[in-house]
Amino acid sequence: MAEIRLTDIRRGLGHTNRKDAWWARPLLIFICLTIFLIYVTWAAFQGNHYTFGPYLSPLYSPELFGDSTHSWFGAKPGWWPGQLHWSPALLVLWAPGIFRLTCYYYRGAYYKSFWADPPACTVTEPRKKYLGENSFPLIIQNIHRYFLYLALFFLLFLSYDVWKALWFMPPGATDTDERSFGIGIGTLVLAINVVLLGGYTLGCHSLRHLVGGFMDRLSGAPIRGRAYQCVSCLNRRHMLWAWMSLFWVMFSDIYIRLCSMGVWNDFRIL
Amino acid sequence: MKADFQIWRGNASGGKFETYSTEIAEGMVVLDAVHQIQAAHANDLAVRWNCKAGKCGSCSAEINGIPKLMCMTRLSELPLNKPVLLQPMKAFPLIKDLVTDVSWNFTVKKKIKKFKPRPPDAQDGTWRMLQQDIDRVQEFRKCIECFLCQDVCHVLREHQLHAAFIGPRFLVHVAALEMHPLDIEDRVEELKKANGIGYCNITKCCTTVCPEDITITDNAIIPLKERVADRFYDPLKKLFRIFRSINK
Repeated sequence: MAEIRLTDIRRGLGHTNRKDAWWARPLLIFICLTIFLIYVTWAAFQGNHYTFGPYLSPLYSPELFGDSTHSWFGAKPGWWPGQLHWSPALLVLWAPGIFRLTCYYYRGAYYKSFWADPPACTVTEPRKKYLGENSFPLIIQNIHRYFLYLALFFLLFLSYDVWKALWFMPPGATDTDERSFGIGIGTLVLAINVVLLGGYTLGCHSLRHLVGGFMDRLSGAPIRGRAYQCVSCLNRRHMLWAWMSLFWVMFSDIYIRLCSMGVWNDFRIL
Repeated sequence: MKADFQIWRGNASGGKFETYSTEIAEGMVVLDAVHQIQAAHANDLAVRWNCKAGKCGSCSAEINGIPKLMCMTRLSELPLNKPVLLQPMKAFPLIKDLVTDVSWNFTVKKKIKKFKPRPPDAQDGTWRMLQQDIDRVQEFRKCIECFLCQDVCHVLREHQLHAAFIGPRFLVHVAALEMHPLDIEDRVEELKKANGIGYCNITKCCTTVCPEDITITDNAIIPLKERVADRFYDPLKKLFRIFRSINK
């Protein structure tokens, strides 16, 4: 193909004729994602204060191995390498983490905010070479659908946690049969978390493709057609769901952590 | 009231911004101001336009650094306390002033596999489709080929990968063909290799500038990326296809 000679080829980061605050959005995304990453990494490595009564922090769910009553298979496994720091979150958090990392919305957002690729629309970039998602390493982003499948299981686990958060033990009781129905602020926090994560996960672009997007004719498959419409409906606000669920996961952990530390009191509604 | 406009004047060998001052009135769009400047101050100012109604896609330019149609940008939307900056689209070769050579786009379009319908459904050579099946591709048919999405795309604009990447406009075109309920042509391999869909890193700039509000990234590019992932990057799907072909 003949060489295309373009107008106004300027190189280097940040050249633009835009007159608006183009830097504000990528900067805000950079700050929010950085805060989230730092907090979640810190919280995941703590290995304590992740439960309070019937509540389990979503960062630690499902607790496959651990010391709390939420643990599925008992205490810390013997096969865990001694030189590695132990925390129940390290066994599970990678799955939802990679699901978000490879999410189409977040990809577009962090390519701009963290890689300046580009920093914003019509703003010049620092690098000359560009491979996009066409070759290694970013071609790996195509793994997103597999982490969607895992994320759907996590939705089930978190829903089960909400169910468990409805059953409180009386003070001083040791027998789990003595549990009684109740609703605390923590129950609502965990329930909202599932709703927001559900809105995010069920609006995923890969799920939209999986339920019907791969077909050219949905009229012959009414259930698929309905499912495609529902996922598309959530997908239209995918960015909003992504941010709300991100912050609520962090807030849920903060809430349970502070209750467990005795800083906050969990208020019982019922 | 008067407003100042800094307009790019020049051709492929060079040029500069010239400042013009013109009287503006309520309801005016940028193209009206350009026409006034052309009539009163710069008779030789080159500007491409046609319908003045946002339907022909001719008057694409960059207004204050953002790709827009001049006929659909009201002056009341712009800060007029500073000069309005007008320049040609950056992703294409400049002919003169605000006019660029967009012929590369038509060359690209010719290379995309054409619509290939299944055999007719009825004896009279006609087909039957349900509205539900055609809803998705009707959005893509709204495209007016203004090429603002091509201009804003950093793969073309900044990295000049015109030989390897067809750009958002033609990914929308491929989506309109590939998702059409009657079409039986297969463009998935072409999407990955010749069309370079992997170069798109979904920054959604194309969606932002589209004057027809086509949800380019979410409804066209990402579904196509998923189809490419089905074919080339999903080992489970590959196994499934192998088993299905053995059973046949």
